[in-house]
Amino acid sequence: MRYLVVLVLIFCAAAAAAQPWEDRRRFGPEAGDGPVLRILSSTDTAFFEPILARFLSERPGVAIDYFVTGTADVDRRFRADPGAYDLVISSAMDLQLKLANDGFALPLAEIAHPAWAQWRQSLFAFTTEPAAIVVNRTAFAKGAVPKTRQALIEVLRAEPERFRDRIGTYDVRESGLGYLFATQDARVTETYWRLTEVMGALGTRLYCCSGEMIDDLSDGTILVAYNVLGSYAAARADTTDDLQIVLPSDFPTTMMRTAFVSERTEHGNLAAAFVRHLLEREPEDASDESYPLPALAPVADGQSAIVLGPALITYLDALKRRTFLREWEDAIIQRP
Amino acid sequence: MTDSLRTTISLRRRLTIALIGGAAFLAVLLYLVVRAYAVQIAQQGQDDILRASLTSVLDAAVLRDGALEVDFPYASLSMLTTPADDRVFYAIYRNDRFVSGYDGLRGDGDAGFSTRDFAGATVRVATGSRTLVGADVRLRITASVAQTQDALSVTLAGISRTVALFGTGFFLLAVLLSVWATATTIRPLQTLTSAVARRGPKDLSPVRRAVPLEMAPLVGSLNRFMARLEQSLTRSEDFIAEAAHRVRTPLATVRSHAEATLQRVDRQENRLALRAMIRAIDESSRAAGQLLDHAMITFRADHLEREQLDIGALLREQVDRLAPVAEMKDIELRVDAPAAAPLSGDPILLQNALRNVIDNALKYSPTEGVVDLHVAASPLALTVRDRGPGFPEDQIAELPQRFARGRNAEGIIGSGLGLTIAQDVVEAHGGRLHLRNHPEGGACVTLSFSS
Repeated sequence: MRYLVVLVLIFCAAAAAAQPWEDRRRFGPEAGDGPVLRILSSTDTAFFEPILARFLSERPGVAIDYFVTGTADVDRRFRADPGAYDLVISSAMDLQLKLANDGFALPLAEIAHPAWAQWRQSLFAFTTEPAAIVVNRTAFAKGAVPKTRQALIEVLRAEPERFRDRIGTYDVRESGLGYLFATQDARVTETYWRLTEVMGALGTRLYCCSGEMIDDLSDGTILVAYNVLGSYAAARADTTDDLQIVLPSDFPTTMMRTAFVSERTEHGNLAAAFVRHLLEREPEDASDESYPLPALAPVADGQSAIVLGPALITYLDALKRRTFLREWEDAIIQRP
Repeated sequence: MTDSLRTTISLRRRLTIALIGGAAFLAVLLYLVVRAYAVQIAQQGQDDILRASLTSVLDAAVLRDGALEVDFPYASLSMLTTPADDRVFYAIYRNDRFVSGYDGLRGDGDAGFSTRDFAGATVRVATGSRTLVGADVRLRITASVAQTQDALSVTLAGISRTVALFGTGFFLLAVLLSVWATATTIRPLQTLTSAVARRGPKDLSPVRRAVPLEMAPLVGSLNRFMARLEQSLTRSEDFIAEAAHRVRTPLATVRSHAEATLQRVDRQENRLALRAMIRAIDESSRAAGQLLDHAMITFRADHLEREQLDIGALLREQVDRLAPVAEMKDIELRVDAPAAAPLSGDPILLQNALRNVIDNALKYSPTEGVVDLHVAASPLALTVRDRGPGFPEDQIAELPQRFARGRNAEGIIGSGLGLTIAQDVVEAHGGRLHLRNHPEGGACVTLSFSS
């Protein structure tokens, strides 16, 4: 019996390791003697392609292998083989910070970046992105789109049958970014738990990634998505008029996308150049079509931005995570 | 006098070096002590925060349905945020078995602080324990919280820089103070030195000025020494006067007896003998006179009694006095002096010198000769030129020496002290005596008083 359990565990681990990439692309020359920069990222290729293309246009002969997977998987894969990637880019600030804290990040002393947007000269933030409530406009009467979490709770409670099984949010067990958003929300307000309870009661669908959530939102499978990346929705909102992005006015949770160079990189200078390339974006480029990601901007006072600091590792603690997930599961998965 | 005095390192320098050396030592000591203290305080600060963090972690530990939960607050780790972005580690153990966090962080023991290497960095670890008692379980929870020391290093570097700056400032101030203190301490010594140096030649009175206690024995000795010196000087002055009197008076008596006897004797050989005797008496008398003059000059040269004189007037006075001697040899004394040739000097000494030089010129001048006495005002000099045989060229350098006489001086009365006296007097007045032969014949003696 015990052997069977071990076998099953090994199989599961192997399955996890063999989990396919969301996307895997080679930019630059397919084959050549030039250096290949291996980037492990949680950002969809479509958002990064212009950045990669501009970087490569200045460096002929250089190729980039761009691997895309979920935030939690980024952390898992990198910890499993830190030498396999030169750069790690992720929106899960807590996982990124823990990697830097654990000594996986190479300090880049020559990069000048504001103190609030970098940690130990090794982890650099390059976007500021709020977590948004995205709604399918068709589901709401004009002007009835909820602007706060409290308003959303009231709307959901008012018409439970309309929203049953048509609400989406991150599965915080699978998504690193979802877990970050959830824990930060829970840290700031009790409203989060009430909202989660309400969503749980209505049979909320759980997603691994923002992309899929927005897909379902666009085709009307769901009507409300909570804690979606505003940037992803904005990119889709250009093509779909039905989507409306709401930044909760009670407290928007703002995340910064971060990058660091692996301490065991083989192309230190090239990787550092790429980080510099990421950070060098001028503010006027924010409207540039070729840069679909929002620019880095300091969060105004009074708003809750997630601070890049050692406290981020608090919720990654095994005991705390277990406790939090149990509470979350109790709230969102309403067992009969 | 001071040239031959052996000196060691100066008191001023010795004092300054000692004070500055002391200040440098104190500055370094200050730096080390303050820095050590700062290290302790800074470490204390880090330890306090680590303890607070540790306490909040331990306090969060609860037993729920027999299971351990450590729902420590966000603040536990956020309080460890530093400007230098220090890395943070923690570990939680249940009955010494690792539960969560960073395994291997905990050091030895159940409580306390330690500094050790972890995850490639030097970290400060705080460890503490707590016992949880449940319905049927009792377990011991131990937690460790650690932080790297980057911010601490930055703080310490800043403190070191500040303290070094203060130390340097303290040292510079101390240098200024030691220079001032040295000058103040040395001043009574300098005051005494200049007071003694400024004294008149005959002032041998004791030092009355108040002197620091340490200098009292020296000044007392100096006072006693000066008293003895004054006594012995008075005695030698008395001796000179006494000797002059005692030698000259009997000689004068003997000479007058010889003169009287010469009047009475008729025999030619006796008269010749008496004449030779009178001549010898004259020579002795003159020699005695010059010896006493010389002794007097030697004494006075060290204690010049200066007054404002005119060298021309002094010269004419001597010429008048020696006029009878010149007339006996039909020698013309030609004086050529400007209206004013002022000189600050000792009149008695100068008269003596002039008399000796003119006397020499008269002695060596041929009968019916001319002696030129020329005074130049600027630079002040007196030249006496006769028409005699001149100095033997090879002896010019040694003639002013005591009892030295030219080899052409045979048969001329003299003691060999005339030029010595002239030279001593001129040199006592800061001048020089030049001897040369005039190109047209005759000796040329110049007393130049360069002021």
